[in-house]
Amino acid sequence: MIECRQITKIYQSGAGDTAALKDVSFDIKDGEFVAIIGPSGSGKSTLMHILGALDTPTSGQYFLDGRDVSKLSDDELADIRKNKIGFVFQSFNLLPRATVLRNVMLPLVYADVPKEQREAQAKVALKNAGLDGSHFHHLSNQLSGGQMQRVAIARALVNNPSLILADEPTGNLDTKTGEIVLETFRRLNQEHNHTIILITHEHDVAEHADRIIHIRDGHIIADAKNGKRHEIIDKI
Amino acid sequence: MKTIDLFEETSLALLANKARSSLTILGIVIGIGSVTAMIAIGQGAKNNIGSSIQSLGSNLVLVSPGMQRTPGAQVSQRRGSAQTLTKEDADAISQKLSLVKAVAPDLSSRYQVTAKGTNSNTSVVGTTADYPTIRNITMADGNFITDQNVRSLSKIAVLGPTARDDLFGVDSNPIGQSIRIKNIDFKIVGVATAKGGNGFSNQDDMIFVPISTAQQFLAGNDRVSTISVQAIDQASMTQMQQDITDLLLSRHNITNSALADFSTMNQTDIIATASSVTNTFTALLGSVAAISLLVGGIGIMNMMLTTVKERTREIGLRKAIGAKKRDISRQFLIEAIMLTFLGGIFGVILGWLIALIIRQFASIAATVSLSSVILAFGVSAAIGIIFGYYPARSASRLNPIEALRYE
Ligand SMILES: Nc1ncnc2c1ncn2[C@@H]1O[C@H](COP(=O)(O)OP(=O)(O)O)[C@@H](O)[C@H]1O
Ligand SMILES: [Mg+2]
Repeated sequence: MIECRQITKIYQSGAGDTAALKDVSFDIKDGEFVAIIGPSGSGKSTLMHILGALDTPTSGQYFLDGRDVSKLSDDELADIRKNKIGFVFQSFNLLPRATVLRNVMLPLVYADVPKEQREAQAKVALKNAGLDGSHFHHLSNQLSGGQMQRVAIARALVNNPSLILADEPTGNLDTKTGEIVLETFRRLNQEHNHTIILITHEHDVAEHADRIIHIRDGHIIADAKNGKRHEIIDKI
Repeated sequence: MKTIDLFEETSLALLANKARSSLTILGIVIGIGSVTAMIAIGQGAKNNIGSSIQSLGSNLVLVSPGMQRTPGAQVSQRRGSAQTLTKEDADAISQKLSLVKAVAPDLSSRYQVTAKGTNSNTSVVGTTADYPTIRNITMADGNFITDQNVRSLSKIAVLGPTARDDLFGVDSNPIGQSIRIKNIDFKIVGVATAKGGNGFSNQDDMIFVPISTAQQFLAGNDRVSTISVQAIDQASMTQMQQDITDLLLSRHNITNSALADFSTMNQTDIIATASSVTNTFTALLGSVAAISLLVGGIGIMNMMLTTVKERTREIGLRKAIGAKKRDISRQFLIEAIMLTFLGGIFGVILGWLIALIIRQFASIAATVSLSSVILAFGVSAAIGIIFGYYPARSASRLNPIEALRYE
């Protein structure tokens, strides 16, 4: 359960202050599949960093599962990320010289999951992400882009987070493999009830979600579910 | 994060970059190896000198004619050419001082010695029957000089093993044959056992004759060049040395001890002087080696900084999935310590090999002691901590968002 209350993020730099998010408020319920869409520079990544507990807002509150995470210390944020969040990045960010299994087990190392359980848990996550066992012992840099992204999804899933955050997950993939990855998200949402937030600037990507939040210049300008989301897509 | 996981992460990271890791380790290997070897050589040299001084005899005070010497003066200073000591001085020391166990005066000088066509320039020591006890000399064959030989000015000689080898051939038995010194024939009555002493005085290359014979026929006067005095025990050495000084001062009618016409030196002084020389030598070698260790440490730091830079995105990822600052800093610190510790292990092995080679070829008893092994590991771990700290800290302080964006 996500509740954002009047979140504002201001970046201070030599050139002056940039307000990347201005008074943003919205809720996301458990099990929702949401796309956040907007043009480049609209504040999508900034929002994802706050939702993913990588950063804190300048003002406003962010409740994740009832806990206000907007004013936590670095170490407390790390604990939130460890236990509640799974990230999928545009550029995969796998450890190149490590096997697929090791990459997926990495979050479990930091979460102090007993060694004996890790491999089993990682294998389940990999299966759920749509990767079959023949790849488990390959080095991650020997895989195709689509396979890499599914390994990354498995890594995001492995510790059963409350929230999976994907920032432009298809940005480095061709349309066809992108489609497979998006199907994976959909299946994870439908079959395993994972809460998924997808960040993108492409409306065909956003269309895969049940709900679309449209953001521009740091404001939410539209937020629609299911049937009505076409109204947003049509406007873009 | 559990410690075992930390070590696993670290070893995998090091193995992923085998060539670079080994080259970096090499710096530490050379550093630790040379420090270990230098300490071993220094210790060995010290032990060598110590044992060759000990092989002179135990609880020994040497009285020499000439200027008073202070401890710290050069050990190798030539014995005074002044001829102020006599056999009567030696007899007085033996009879009047209670702490004295044995006394042996000697009159030593180098002569050209010939035997059946061979000849050799050898130290000829005129002395008395007590000399072997005091100077730790044992006989391989025959007998040493007796009191009777001294009283009767016998023209007999006892050969040191080196002198025997030079004059009659290795391991020959020359007893009964004769040698010629200053045109006088000496009959050989014994051969001493090799002491194997090396260092500043080779005690094997000597020929012993009765002191009276040496005074009468070789030197032509009744002086002695050294009086060796053995104390009853180690604790009495200092007191005995003082007693000898007092006795000789009064016998020579000298009131001001600064004007003494003889000098006394005990083994402790000689060892202390020699040790201070070898200690300085060891410290010097050690510090040269320590500089190479420092260079190795800088190599570690350099590699760690490069690693942190190269793995910026990995650090960002680790933070994104829940690694805390201290997880990251520990990981990189342990990486550095593992490198230096491995370097320490191979360095000790290298140092030990060098010591082995030195022992084989330079006859210095270089040995790697347990304490220097412990020191080497301590130092290498410390270098890992010191030079790994800064890179590890900068890794842990990376902002995860920026780190993930890093190209
Ligand atoms: N670290 C930063 N420092 C200063 N300005 C930033 C920083 N990150 C983002 N911005 C600015 O904030 C605004 C929103 O950026 P971002 O959230 O990256 O947008 P998006 O992901 O939608 O392209 C942009 O104007 C961007 O220049
Ligand atoms: Mg962005």
